[in-house]
Amino acid sequence: MIHSLFLVNASGDIFLEKHWKSVVSRSVCDYFFEAQERATEPENVPPVIPTPHHYLISVLRHRIYFVAVIQSEVPPLFVIEFLHRVVDTFQDYFGVCTEAAIKDNVVVVYELLEEMLDNGFPLATESNILKELIKPPTILRTMVNTITGSTNVGEQLPTGQLSVVPWRRTGVKYTNNEAYFDVVEEIDAIIDKSGSTITAEIQGVIDACVKLTGMPDLTLSFMNPRLLDDVSFHPCVRFKRWEAERILSFIPPDGNFRLLSYHVSSQNLVAIPVYVKHNITFREGSSQGRFDLTLGPKQTMGKAVESVLVSSQLPRGVLNANLNPSQGTYTFDPVTKMLSWDVGKINPQKLPSLKGTMSLQAGASKPDENPTINIQFKIQQMAISGLKVNRLDMYGEKYKPFKGIKYMTKAGKFQVRT
Amino acid sequence: MTDSKYFTTTKKGEIFELKAELNSDKKEKKKEAVKKVIASMTVGKDVSALFPDVVNCMQTDNLELKKLVYLYLMNYAKSQPDMAIMAVNTFVKDCEDPNPLIRALAVRTMGCIRVDKITEYLCEPLRKCLKDEDPYVRKTAAVCVAKLHDINAQLVEDQGFLDTLKDLISDSNPMVVANAVAALSEIAESHPNSNLLDLNPQTINKLLTALNECTEWGQIFILDCLANYTPRDDRESQSICERVTPRLSHANSAVVLSAVKVLMKFMEMLPKDLDYYGTLLKKLAPPLVTLLSAEPELQYVALRNINLIVQRRPEILKHEMKVFFVKYNDPIYVKLEKLDIMIRLASQANIAQVLAELKEYATEVDVDFVRKAVRAIGRCAIKVEQSAERCVSTLLDLIQTKVNYVVQEAIVVIKDIFRKYPNKYESVIATLCENLDSLDEPEARAAMIWIVGEYAERIDNADELLESFLEGFHDESTQVQLQLLTGIVKLFLKKPTETQELVQQVLSLATQDSDNPDLRDRGYIYWRLLSTDPVAAKEVVLAEKPLISEETDLIEPTLLEELICHIGTLASVYHKPPSAFVEGSRGVQHKRLPGSAGSGESVDSPDTGSAAGVSEAPPAVIPSQGDLLGDLLNLDLTPPTTTGPPPPTSGMQMGAMDLLGGGLDSLLGGDLGGNPAMAAGFGAPPAVMPTSFNAPVSGGLDDLFDLGGGVGMPMGSYSPPKTVWLPAMKAKGLEISGTFARRSGVIQMEMTLTNKAMSVMTDFAIQFNRNSFGLAPAGPLQVLTPLSPNQSIEVSLPLNTVGPVMKMEPLNNLQVAVKNNIDVFYFSCQYPISMLFVEDGKMERQVFLATWKDIPNDNESQFQIKDCHLSSDAASNKLQGSNIFTIAKRTVEGQDMLYQSIKLTNGIWVLAELRVQAGNPNYTVSLKCRAPEVSQSVFQSYEAVLKN
Repeated sequence: MIHSLFLVNASGDIFLEKHWKSVVSRSVCDYFFEAQERATEPENVPPVIPTPHHYLISVLRHRIYFVAVIQSEVPPLFVIEFLHRVVDTFQDYFGVCTEAAIKDNVVVVYELLEEMLDNGFPLATESNILKELIKPPTILRTMVNTITGSTNVGEQLPTGQLSVVPWRRTGVKYTNNEAYFDVVEEIDAIIDKSGSTITAEIQGVIDACVKLTGMPDLTLSFMNPRLLDDVSFHPCVRFKRWEAERILSFIPPDGNFRLLSYHVSSQNLVAIPVYVKHNITFREGSSQGRFDLTLGPKQTMGKAVESVLVSSQLPRGVLNANLNPSQGTYTFDPVTKMLSWDVGKINPQKLPSLKGTMSLQAGASKPDENPTINIQFKIQQMAISGLKVNRLDMYGEKYKPFKGIKYMTKAGKFQVRT
Repeated sequence: MTDSKYFTTTKKGEIFELKAELNSDKKEKKKEAVKKVIASMTVGKDVSALFPDVVNCMQTDNLELKKLVYLYLMNYAKSQPDMAIMAVNTFVKDCEDPNPLIRALAVRTMGCIRVDKITEYLCEPLRKCLKDEDPYVRKTAAVCVAKLHDINAQLVEDQGFLDTLKDLISDSNPMVVANAVAALSEIAESHPNSNLLDLNPQTINKLLTALNECTEWGQIFILDCLANYTPRDDRESQSICERVTPRLSHANSAVVLSAVKVLMKFMEMLPKDLDYYGTLLKKLAPPLVTLLSAEPELQYVALRNINLIVQRRPEILKHEMKVFFVKYNDPIYVKLEKLDIMIRLASQANIAQVLAELKEYATEVDVDFVRKAVRAIGRCAIKVEQSAERCVSTLLDLIQTKVNYVVQEAIVVIKDIFRKYPNKYESVIATLCENLDSLDEPEARAAMIWIVGEYAERIDNADELLESFLEGFHDESTQVQLQLLTGIVKLFLKKPTETQELVQQVLSLATQDSDNPDLRDRGYIYWRLLSTDPVAAKEVVLAEKPLISEETDLIEPTLLEELICHIGTLASVYHKPPSAFVEGSRGVQHKRLPGSAGSGESVDSPDTGSAAGVSEAPPAVIPSQGDLLGDLLNLDLTPPTTTGPPPPTSGMQMGAMDLLGGGLDSLLGGDLGGNPAMAAGFGAPPAVMPTSFNAPVSGGLDDLFDLGGGVGMPMGSYSPPKTVWLPAMKAKGLEISGTFARRSGVIQMEMTLTNKAMSVMTDFAIQFNRNSFGLAPAGPLQVLTPLSPNQSIEVSLPLNTVGPVMKMEPLNNLQVAVKNNIDVFYFSCQYPISMLFVEDGKMERQVFLATWKDIPNDNESQFQIKDCHLSSDAASNKLQGSNIFTIAKRTVEGQDMLYQSIKLTNGIWVLAELRVQAGNPNYTVSLKCRAPEVSQSVFQSYEAVLKN
């Protein structure tokens, strides 16, 4: 199981270590640093690194490497999932997960890690339970604690720990009872030179924020549940009911949680909401290159495409770019060769464009790689897959809750090849 | 206010200040001080000096303070064991606390304090907590058993905690079940043959019930445990699959992958014509695809596993090619894995798409990735015959880009395509030749030379081309030199008239001016061939080459089967069996897929066929190499009925398992073959050892013992005289002679190291290869002073038997590596098996009788000991000194029958009947043992002990 955890920052310093069994010398991280040095980009450090006596499994989040040390055969996914859970918990507790935040709360961090893992076995990883055991630091609580001498460690056995619904604490009380659901879909796509779709898929999630008194039992039904053939559920969802009736029936955790994530694969037709017309050319023998890019909406069901951001890694030979955006602003970093264009909203009447020239090193030969264009965008009030919630019902409690559903579509890894 | 304040230090004595604060009367100040101490600890500062002061804060009703003190204790108790005792009382008291949270916390923390003295006190509270009314305490206690086992395994067994833990599998609370399974799995890892997780349909049912209700982590443990079960028939297999399938929709990817493992394994047992089989196949694809939309680290592990799954069952993902297309900002490790899977999924149906993608990748920036993409095009050509032409033209397009590394990579793969489809695409050679000058990498140069040589008759200026390489012959790498030599010889054989000069030039370069033995040898061989029999030369050099195989990169089927059983583990990430790299898991059992139910199917799929054969044996997990060994280690297994000789360890596995082992084998092997005299010296055929036993001269020590034996005193175990294991000429002047002895229960390897070289030797170290009984050095080789020339030193190395196990031939063979400042040397020696006879080997009479009857007669072997002139009592005495215990004696018609028992370090019992007839110097020994392989060695020990 997990032996030890080291937190390493971008400059390669270990700023926190925690051991659950015997102490493993931090020199074991030298193997990690070696790999870090070899990697050209921070994200290229391989996640599993063997050393003579241990294995290092790491994840990179918020520019911090979380390096777990294991000694025996342990499922690596288990370790990686757990590490991500640790990061999520820190973020939940401290708002951000940065080196500074962790150092500022080092004792809470230690208490949390001790609570999350025992002898390398996960103990309590549900944020609901952890928060009952160790109260998150808030300015108010710190002050109150200092004055009254009370602590931020819970004295009671967390109620959820052993019930049939370990994810929910008992005795929840709210004056305003509300349940909000966000359907968020991300489109991952690769579009080729000619504008035809090579692959496109949708990664969807339904995130919930449920603040309901007591032990509510919710059911959520969809207009078109057939879309969801590849789903991953939060443990609270009753799988049998879904199998039989295609209805989500669950007792929700308290607060924010991810109810389900789903995947609509390329076999089902995925609509592509934007198109790009591009012309990026270099001529042999000339030190100039042409750059011409136009964006336009398609298949958006009349909804506006917003927060559009275009970025592209131009070839190494490009010295500078002299471009003229019809709207928004662009920047070009001559060191990383990263061009980014903050477009804003796409107006279908007047399509945004970015035109101009790129200057190349004099005398250099024509670059042989074609830049790929990365696009980010958001479309409010629409789930691109067409998924629609039919109704939400609550049983088990008497009051009437506020209910709300929001839809949003975003670009995930949306790439256009040129 | 943040915790960073704890890091600010004043210049004068931080520790001193903390001490004062810790002893403060104010609660709040105390707590702040402990927090400061913990903060220092987290950044690796040594605050162990504060131990007594921190422990004093433990007696408190403030839970946070208590937890903080516990944190500190866990970190430092090891370095201050005596002080840690101070904490014991509070722990024991806390284990009785009415609050279950405190009870659990106390037992949990105690288990984390790795101090022997504390663990003694832990047993009673732990026993109570394992039966606590509160499940929270029980589940914590379950984990604590695993902790305790890690510190003191014997204690756990003696106290019967393992049984309690097994009982917890039937606990009413699913969380407790999950933790018990997790703890047992961890313990089982260090006890590969103990039947800890005894899986039967009842326990499986309990686990499946708990599976639905426990936490995600618990589900992983339970699923991994389920994967070790072998269902009785296809119906049970199907019902388990049905109950595991919902886990595929879990949000935790580790749960998903563990479920995939169970399904992949149990699917083997389902008949392929079953409807459910098809349904299951369809259900497996979506979750695997979903894993690829997770974080890159998860994707990487998932991809490594998918790589195995598509090799075993390509049908699952055959329509999902597109999800493996590379995104340009994927991390490089994800890109390379995706590429690999794309090739595996490539088929006639999708090859056009794949090629278009690969061509796209070949224009990317990352050099490693581009190279691999170009190679992938070549692999597609070899895999999908119909696409070869398309691939070649794609490669030619890429060569036209003139990007240096793309061109070189393309030429290397085109060479492979030529070898797969000879006489088909040679028209492209002209284009290749144009790029001759741009090649600067050895592999590409060698490939080009091979092409020119192979097709010399079609290239008009082949001689000129090869000659151009010849100019800088000595600066080329060996690979290119060898290829150039062969290429020119081929050219000569094809166009002898024009190229005589060229071939002479290259032969003289290779044979006279080169220091490389390979090159020289090849040069001479060609030279002699050409000068003695040019026709034969032609037959040899221009012989038809075998076509290269379609998928050289596929994992070997048996390894693949084993890896499928390890989906989701490190083994699956490295594509190596766990035994090859997991430290500390001695004698890892090899897992095999269960055979399919329908026997007719083995015909259409050869690898399931082999699996079906294995699955007939009853044990759940079948050791792959040497069922014999399985039996040696585990008497519960039924004795093998049809064991042939154990399959030789495959070279690859050995090499991967243990570098030393590989080296040993090859070295020893080489010696044996090359030098028979040497082999007699230490290559150790079975006959060597007994002759040395028989040697009439014995050491003074043995004589003394002999005397002692005469007076009827119990004496030390028999130890053979020292023999030379490693002669000086084999080891650069180091001579090692040695023997084995058992002294008060400890096996000693006694060696005399003699320095016969001219220089001083230092830095001695020793290591053993895996061996039949897991012998391993219990400590380092104690040679403290440097060994000067002509000096000898006596070393006694204590051994234990917890090392990795592998069956050796003969059984008592031990391969040893000794290192000093000069080099590493390998030798092998044989230990008398009597070293392994343990002191508590005396069996109860009743047990003896029952066991004797219980062991089948086939396992009995009879031996004669000749020329032994001891009375039966003297013999009994003598044998007792070597831990061969006489349990009963019977006299029938002037013949004394001694019934004796022996226990080996690994728990094997050997029962013996020794018949001594007055006046007859020939004794008869009958040995009965569940592992009859040891009988021969045991008999040798009998002989050696009785005759010395």
